[in-house]
Amino acid sequence: MDAFTTHTGTAAPLRRTNVDTDQIIPAEYLKRITRTGFEDGLFVAWRTNEPDFVLNKPEYANASILVAGPDFGTGSSREHANWALLDGGFRVVISPRFADIFRNNSTKAGLLTVVLPEADVEALWAAIEADPALPVTVDLQAEQVTYGETVVPFQIDPYTRWRLLEGLDDVGLTERHLDAIEAFESSRPAWKPKALPAV
Amino acid sequence: MPKTLAEKVYDAHVVRSADGEPDLLYIDLHLVHEVTSPQAFDGLRAAGRTVRRPDLTMATEDHNVPTLDILAPIADPVSRAQVEALRRNTAEFGIRLAPMGDRDQGIVHVIGPQLGLTQPGMTIVCGDSHTSTHGAFGALAFGIGTSEVEHVLATQTLPQYKPKQMAVTVDGELPPGVSAKDVILAVIAQIGTGGGQGYVIEYRGSAIEKLSMEARMTICNMSIEAGAKAGLIAPDQTTFDFLQGRPHAPQGAEWDAAVAEWSTLRTDEGAVFDAEVVIDASTLTPFVTWGTNPGQGLPIDARVPDPAEFADEGDRRAAEQALEYMGLTPGTPLREIEVDTVFLGSCTNGRIEDLRVAAELLRGKRIDPGTRMLVVPGSVAVKAQAETEGLDQVFLDAGAEWRGAGCSMCLGMNPDQLKPGERSASTSNRNFQGRQGKGGRTHLVSPAVAAATALTGRLTAPADLIGA
Repeated sequence: MDAFTTHTGTAAPLRRTNVDTDQIIPAEYLKRITRTGFEDGLFVAWRTNEPDFVLNKPEYANASILVAGPDFGTGSSREHANWALLDGGFRVVISPRFADIFRNNSTKAGLLTVVLPEADVEALWAAIEADPALPVTVDLQAEQVTYGETVVPFQIDPYTRWRLLEGLDDVGLTERHLDAIEAFESSRPAWKPKALPAV
Repeated sequence: MPKTLAEKVYDAHVVRSADGEPDLLYIDLHLVHEVTSPQAFDGLRAAGRTVRRPDLTMATEDHNVPTLDILAPIADPVSRAQVEALRRNTAEFGIRLAPMGDRDQGIVHVIGPQLGLTQPGMTIVCGDSHTSTHGAFGALAFGIGTSEVEHVLATQTLPQYKPKQMAVTVDGELPPGVSAKDVILAVIAQIGTGGGQGYVIEYRGSAIEKLSMEARMTICNMSIEAGAKAGLIAPDQTTFDFLQGRPHAPQGAEWDAAVAEWSTLRTDEGAVFDAEVVIDASTLTPFVTWGTNPGQGLPIDARVPDPAEFADEGDRRAAEQALEYMGLTPGTPLREIEVDTVFLGSCTNGRIEDLRVAAELLRGKRIDPGTRMLVVPGSVAVKAQAETEGLDQVFLDAGAEWRGAGCSMCLGMNPDQLKPGERSASTSNRNFQGRQGKGGRTHLVSPAVAAATALTGRLTAPADLIGA
């Protein structure tokens, strides 16, 4: 995973609630067995069917920060949704509320999710609609979003922040505790089910 | 300190906890399917890692599998490549696989319980959001992404923070024709698609206690549609009776030891929930969705809502967008909505009891000539059981299609899809735009409403058929 410290880019206003993972990337695009190349499925239905969809507008075509309504990423556990956003050039998604699995997957994939109150999202929408070229900075080190004269603090749990800042891989971190895993395993009751051998 | 059921299961699986870090949680069972696993296996190979506990891992093919000609190679080369990748990966890492054609194949959340691999008090994960289904047994079961699939394969653990606790209490008697699906659709409509965010939901109360295991699975299955991490129900005699004698259930003295432990898995008197929702079962009616998220549902007696009546601007805009996509006019009675397709199946409602309920309504009748009905059993074993009971013939005689097992039209990764503009009544779990096929329009319903709707060609409650 790439480390995330701070990112400055332009932002696209996605004025929708409940942006589910089937909209972020439909199931037919999940058949690929590689880890990259998912940008072709990113919001494909809206990009295809809605000429005025925000990411079809040239002024937002190069945005790297997505600003969405509440309940972003609801639905499926597909991490392909996070990969599609990254492959499509996004490094940050800002929303008043994220679905749990999407948010968790983001921390593994290196996509930063920033929770801001609805009023702050509304203000940011207004600013980037008034000036699509407005630079927006998301600083994970300082835990703040900055645009124009506005500075909005955000919170993230310190452990996740540390992992993202360092670009650390969870598996490697967990492997340091193999002795604890082995000790736990030795205490499990013998009747707990095993898939092997097949019965 | 009194604990909730979910806290008991969670605490019993903490391998390690340290200040300022997530807990490391042991995973008792890891279910794997072809869509969310290939990149995880690639990650293992790239890092030179192995699967720590193949014996606690079980794989099946479900999302991509065709439901016709299931013994022929998959026609779609991309789907086929994904299934073949799972076969290679499970062979390389020594993981049991139930491939197409195998007696144990089926939707991952149907086969776990069916094999007795899903048991009370376990932690269960799968790269699939409907893993919450297994909570019906009093397990803490939740969906994970592919990076976490890799983590569990490598370590049999996951870093986790303890979730908040929500109680959804459903007391009283469900009226006739009202099922578990209606209960959970009503819950989601009440708390919203984000209402459960950050919580594990425990479903409790007299109406829940009376439900069969199949019905409990339907309820827990859709916890994710309310945004919850998981949903669970305390195990009881109904749970034990379902499990006893299943292939992987404990036997003899081990069965007694297991039941003794499972019997302690109840929320303690005085345990504190962070949020509580109470529902009177007797007030519920068949529920159907009108919009494009599972929270946009109403009793079937209602009319398509007018977006102008929503107080919240976000909800109003969402309703406008949903009605435009769904091609619906405010004020239209829900019962007047005509459908092209009825889909009976999925991890929500593809179990034997669901098929029985629908078959009973269809027995000796013909479905509407303008409507097609797909019946897709949740597993090979469900299909075999239904055929033993003659349900396949009931569906075929009624004019429905009897298919092979898999996820099918729930998400249309196989050829079972809606065409643009087509409308379905579907027993699945998501009515998202395009979920069942590009431009397809989905109304989520119970198996009984699905069958009644197939008979009339428009959204219909089972009670409407009496005297019809």
